[in-house]
Amino acid sequence: MPTDRLRRQLSRTAAPVDSAPGDVPWVVVARLANALQIVALDDAAAKAGLEVGLPLANARAICPDLMVFDADPAADALALEAIAAWCDRFTPLVALDAPDGLLLDITGCAHLFGGEALMLQTVSRALTAQGFAVGAAIAGTAVAARTLSRYRHGRIVGVGGEADAVSALPVAALGADPAIGHGLRRAGLKSIGEVAARARPEITARFGAAFTSLLEQALGQRDAPISPRQPLPDYIVEKRFAEPVATDTVIAATLSALAATLVDAMARHGKGARQLRASFFRSDGAVRAVELQTGQPVTKAVVIDRLFRERLDAIADPLDPGFGFDLIRLSASQTEIVVQQQRDLDANVHDNDELSALIDRIAARIGGRRVVVHLPRDTHIPEYAAWAASAQHHLAEAAQAAWPARIAGEPPLRPLRLFAHPEPITVIAEVPDGPPARFRWRRVSHAVVRVEGPERVAMEWWRSDAALLTRDYFRVEDEAGLRFWLYRDGLYERELAEDEEGEPARPNWFMHGLFA
Amino acid sequence: MTSARLSTLAHLRGDIERIESQSEARLLPRVALGHAEADAALQGGLALGALHEVFAHEGRHVAAATGFVAGLARRVGPRRPLLWVRQDFAELESGALSLRGFGELGLDPRLVVTVRAADLDSALRSAADALACDALGCVVLEIWGEAKPLDLVASRKLTLAARGSGVTALVLRVAATPTASTAETRWIVRAAHSPPLPRWQVSTQPWGAPLLDTELVRNRHGPNGRWIMEWKCDACVFHDAANPQPVAAAIADRPPAPPVVAHRRAS
Repeated sequence: MPTDRLRRQLSRTAAPVDSAPGDVPWVVVARLANALQIVALDDAAAKAGLEVGLPLANARAICPDLMVFDADPAADALALEAIAAWCDRFTPLVALDAPDGLLLDITGCAHLFGGEALMLQTVSRALTAQGFAVGAAIAGTAVAARTLSRYRHGRIVGVGGEADAVSALPVAALGADPAIGHGLRRAGLKSIGEVAARARPEITARFGAAFTSLLEQALGQRDAPISPRQPLPDYIVEKRFAEPVATDTVIAATLSALAATLVDAMARHGKGARQLRASFFRSDGAVRAVELQTGQPVTKAVVIDRLFRERLDAIADPLDPGFGFDLIRLSASQTEIVVQQQRDLDANVHDNDELSALIDRIAARIGGRRVVVHLPRDTHIPEYAAWAASAQHHLAEAAQAAWPARIAGEPPLRPLRLFAHPEPITVIAEVPDGPPARFRWRRVSHAVVRVEGPERVAMEWWRSDAALLTRDYFRVEDEAGLRFWLYRDGLYERELAEDEEGEPARPNWFMHGLFA
Repeated sequence: MTSARLSTLAHLRGDIERIESQSEARLLPRVALGHAEADAALQGGLALGALHEVFAHEGRHVAAATGFVAGLARRVGPRRPLLWVRQDFAELESGALSLRGFGELGLDPRLVVTVRAADLDSALRSAADALACDALGCVVLEIWGEAKPLDLVASRKLTLAARGSGVTALVLRVAATPTASTAETRWIVRAAHSPPLPRWQVSTQPWGAPLLDTELVRNRHGPNGRWIMEWKCDACVFHDAANPQPVAAAIADRPPAPPVVAHRRAS
């Protein structure tokens, strides 16, 4: 696969590939055991007698005319991920089999593509057309299919036929650890059939339970589920196009139609969507997915339609149809049962619905984290006393929150505007542990006319190991009538360390908030 | 010019006329602020379902202006949700809205939903969307600095949306100079001194209730004026500052005489 990826990449960047593929052998090398070794090669290189694991120096000796590339596992993983995304069009259950394999669970899907044989043909043809060398097979278990795909491209094995199909293959096809393969060869066991003929406890004792399990899966005697790349959505609707579509109007109309179908399907089970995902499959293999979440389960097609329109309008890198999309899919990845309420007579419920719909709309455009409600927290530290939580998820909770009540008759004791990071200020105080007389904040000097305090806030020592300083907060008014909330960090002579000359260190002052 | 365009133009002109006509604006429901003189100048109080602008006199008076906006919001809709739209960097510049402090002013923090817009355009769009939603009591749009996109067209859009739904729009501007807009009223707010203490007497009077020097510089349907208001946190009304400020201290803050306009209209 790495050579295929490189070839695609080079042809895309229009770099001069001076020879047609197949002429000059291509190899990819990496430093293994302190020597450059071949980790991947193309057909021409294989024909020239090179193989994986051969040191580069030897390879050059065999075949001097060689294109050499450095291995890039991260790029390979990305390429595999992209192929997997493309394969989403065949089944929602696609699992990665790193470094170079994909497992597709096509249970119940094959008839949509004209049966297993035709589907296998479609997949391999499309991937070959995109420039990848493909080995594919269908079998009753994932491991059996993988084993077959390495040596018998295009083979389809029904349930029960796995043992016969794989027994002739060499043990390397199992994809077990190289050490195990080596061990089996030493024991004289060359094909899978020979290994399978031995008693299982013997094999387990020699090669471990994991290998036995692998073997049984390959023989179809046991099955293990694949772990799909993405969680299976609850509902999927999709529209395929014989001719790729690229115009915005068609795309929008398709989304509306899909939304209506999706809502119908969900309504049959009394459900509404909390999380929606629209996937756009481009004809050249790229897949773009747009996701959105809602605060209330959505049961109306117009709402889905509108939310997606907002989202698509707002995304930073707009949907690029390229040569057009040949498949558009809408899926509800998270659904909830909708409680049917009697709403007409209750104005309050109506208002709440309106509000959550508004929040969903704004969140669809600018992101769910940007629309927040505020919840009180049980702490004395002012900057942590309120918590901004996503409005989509916490609206009901916020409406019930218990905020500390204000003390009647007192002026406001907490500022209206609070700095998330208190800003350091320079303060002149008559005595180090007294209230401030003058201070300088943001390069402006303020003379203190009135002061009230200190209000002492001790830090929460039970939450942190580090010694935290006690804060003394002062409410302060300056000569212009501006009211500030400042604090001194640390108790003078008690918490603050002494400096080099044995004098107690000067406390630091911070500006924390502004009163109206 | 085609007939379709002409009719559009006529339609728009009609709209503008409707916005700016006195008769219609007089029909807007109003809510009293509690300050008698200001209410008289406003023909009974702050118009609901309209756009009001509040400017902080300078950047440093931002908290006073915020307090004034919070007070107006409380007067407008004591039980309905409040949507506060602001830009990201306004928080760095003048601090985040502290909900504890909001509660201290007598407002209900449970009703506040904040939208943190990344830029001015999305802030404007969110505010326009919100103004169309009649479940809200009012929408506050906090904008820091000069704002080109908030021009006459944008403010007319906001006004129309507010008119349609009856939701009041309050625009809080910091570090900006007033530009043309369709606002019903425009205020410039400064912080005012707490009532002075005699030096020889240790006062046990609490100080620090929001005292605001509010200047009404634009009023579509009445005279302008300048008043010192105190926000009563317990009663949740604006009030004429109770302690008359002594002459020596007040000159800098209070206009020497009531504005001329007010006199003419009153007589």
